Amino acid sequence: MAAKNIMIVGVGGQGTLLTSRILGGLAIGAGYDVKLSEVHGMAQRGGSVVTFVRYGEEVAEPIVEEGQADVLIAFERLEALRYAHFLKKDGALVVNDWRIDPMPVVIGAAQYPEGILEQLRETYSVYSVNATDEAKKLGYSRTFNLIVLGLAAQHMDFTREQWYEVIERTVPPKTVEINKQAFDVGYSL
Amino acid sequence: MSERKVIMLGNEAIARGAYEAGVKVSASYPGTPSTEISENLVQYKDALYAEWAPNEKVATEVAIGASVAGVRAMACMKHVGLNVASDPLYTVSYMGVNGGLVLFVADDPGLYSSQNEQDTRMVARAAQVPVIEPSDSGEAKDYVKIAYEISEQFDRPVIFRTTTRLAHSQGLVELYDRIEVEDKPYVKNVQKTVMMPGNAKLRHVEIEKRNLELAEAVNTMSINRVEMRDTQIGVITSGIPYQYVREALPEASVLKLGIVNPLPRKLIEEFASKVDTLYVVEELDPVIEEQVKSWGVPVIGKEIFTVQGEYSANMLRTAILKQELDAAKPAQAPGRPPILCPGCPHRSVYYVLNKLKLHAAGDIGCYTLGAVAPLSVVDTTICMGASISSLHGMEKAKGKEYIKNWVAVIGDSTFLHTGVNSLMNMMYNKATGTVMILDNSTTGMTGHQDHAATGKTLQGDPTWAINIPELCRAIGVKNVIEVNAFDLETLERTVKEEVAKDEVSVIITKTPCVLLTKGKKPLYRVVPDKCKKCGMCMKPGCPAMTRAEDGTIRIDDTMCTGCGLCDSLCKFGAIELVKEGDR
Repeated sequence: MAAKNIMIVGVGGQGTLLTSRILGGLAIGAGYDVKLSEVHGMAQRGGSVVTFVRYGEEVAEPIVEEGQADVLIAFERLEALRYAHFLKKDGALVVNDWRIDPMPVVIGAAQYPEGILEQLRETYSVYSVNATDEAKKLGYSRTFNLIVLGLAAQHMDFTREQWYEVIERTVPPKTVEINKQAFDVGYSL
Repeated sequence: MSERKVIMLGNEAIARGAYEAGVKVSASYPGTPSTEISENLVQYKDALYAEWAPNEKVATEVAIGASVAGVRAMACMKHVGLNVASDPLYTVSYMGVNGGLVLFVADDPGLYSSQNEQDTRMVARAAQVPVIEPSDSGEAKDYVKIAYEISEQFDRPVIFRTTTRLAHSQGLVELYDRIEVEDKPYVKNVQKTVMMPGNAKLRHVEIEKRNLELAEAVNTMSINRVEMRDTQIGVITSGIPYQYVREALPEASVLKLGIVNPLPRKLIEEFASKVDTLYVVEELDPVIEEQVKSWGVPVIGKEIFTVQGEYSANMLRTAILKQELDAAKPAQAPGRPPILCPGCPHRSVYYVLNKLKLHAAGDIGCYTLGAVAPLSVVDTTICMGASISSLHGMEKAKGKEYIKNWVAVIGDSTFLHTGVNSLMNMMYNKATGTVMILDNSTTGMTGHQDHAATGKTLQGDPTWAINIPELCRAIGVKNVIEVNAFDLETLERTVKEEVAKDEVSVIITKTPCVLLTKGKKPLYRVVPDKCKKCGMCMKPGCPAMTRAEDGTIRIDDTMCTGCGLCDSLCKFGAIELVKEGDR
């Protein structure tokens, strides 16, 4: 099979790294060749963060390039807008319907774009959830990533059991159950 | 023999490779993208010793000492760290090794977390040191052993070069057992280890000979690999760009170099003769290309490729195959540059400096971000330690009154790295400037590493902690003042007083990095009835605070860490604590 290209974008500190590692673990468990690319250091400090996960029979480059992503997972609306052109024409755009103002907006030097999701729907297949609010309902606001990942899982070829298994292996033991619950919220939307 | 296949970060794979290759001593200073090598060595602490040194020069010298003593040794650093270590590098090149010696150096094409885009291969050529370069995690692990074999066989220190994309990508590696390498006996040999002119002159002759031997041997080394496919296009490449070549030009013939200095001339000339059009695909400088051209071999390189940033398969499709990209145009979106975290103590310090309209000579660390709006305090950032020495230079250029609206700002780890030398210079040469050490008890930007003043070693053992205020006093600074970064009133008063003095002052804002504190954090909220929408609380640019069109201010409860800076700034008591924390 041709390599599957997954891209995760968000704001530094939102847990894109953990999410890409869950995905990587999942693909390895399924016996694929896997490459992941991450961002560390200065770029991580509240900036726009991108991680890539590629899996298939054989994977060469560790990055996903413009026009090649099968699934783009965005933890924030503006970041979805920024990277949407990385999607393939028939790719799935999975978005956390949440706003975090970048510094140029905070200090009034730029406007946060209105109607991002509507704009994106004109070109792409968009699947959105307000995962941050949903996670708060579960009582654990940090689990929003798993809710988004659950929604993204609907567009990938792994079973719920495979997802559960990798969650058990990747997240801290105390948080396994709550992370599974969060995943289910997204998976059953 | 092989135990299992696992996925590893490039840096993690290098650490594993060092373990398997029988390395016994490692010393490093953190620097993105090299840091995780050392962090991952800790898991093998029963087999090898690893430490943080205060800077890369010290680290390299520690590794040289271990090599002289007869064990396999290493030092890790980023590209600009190699500049700091270049003094020992150029001379250990003359000395050669006893136990194998490898420097792991990470370049940063694309400047994800660096102040320049220099190419370590250029430094290695100048120092006449061999360079090994892997293309993925699997090779990163396996090539380490080869690097030590080359080092010992040819009596050369070796540079193991990576780039950000290699260091911070994960791929599959196959794990093997550690080989126990017997220590080389130490035999006193001053002609080889005392580099005074008479000896060094002879060593220079010797290393030229060794380099020629190595230049011959690389023609047949298995890590320089020819992949013949269609002969219309041939590509010479190495490192991560090899992967882009494989994606974009799956039919092309490739000469993949695992050792990029010295180059295998015969192998290259033979490969060149078999293909119609030859390209060199290398990120950053035309290091391979210029050498190949100097032999009269026609090759296309930087005529069509850039010397800046990272490459990609799409870039090669456009440049070589003239393909149009099948992708939508990027949308217009306001930028999201990196920022100080919510609750960062540097924000509070910069708020005060901004309020006092002071300029700051800056340094390397998270606090470099004080250069951007709305704080906009930092005027210069050059290299590790340069804040203090450049402030001193300004004073010598323009006099002591000129720098009364300047301070130097430097972090605790950077101060111990090289800043301390600059402070010595200020005292020695009768300076009057004010230095602010933003002491957050860690090496922050690179992801929280210990250093000589934290009281903990890389391997996690408690140790002596250098007392930074006492160190400054020992240098001769009379005015050493410690202030909590969030105590705005005291901080403002102290800064005003100290910059006015005609003596050197050191103000230490000792407040731990917000990401270090693991306990429950307090939480603040805006009381709408009391809020006058004056925007005072927004001035420091906290990312947890947003202002709606109607001026209403809101604190994001998933981001607030309860530092209370906004509360201290509100004159109307409109910001209240809603949840107590552990601090």
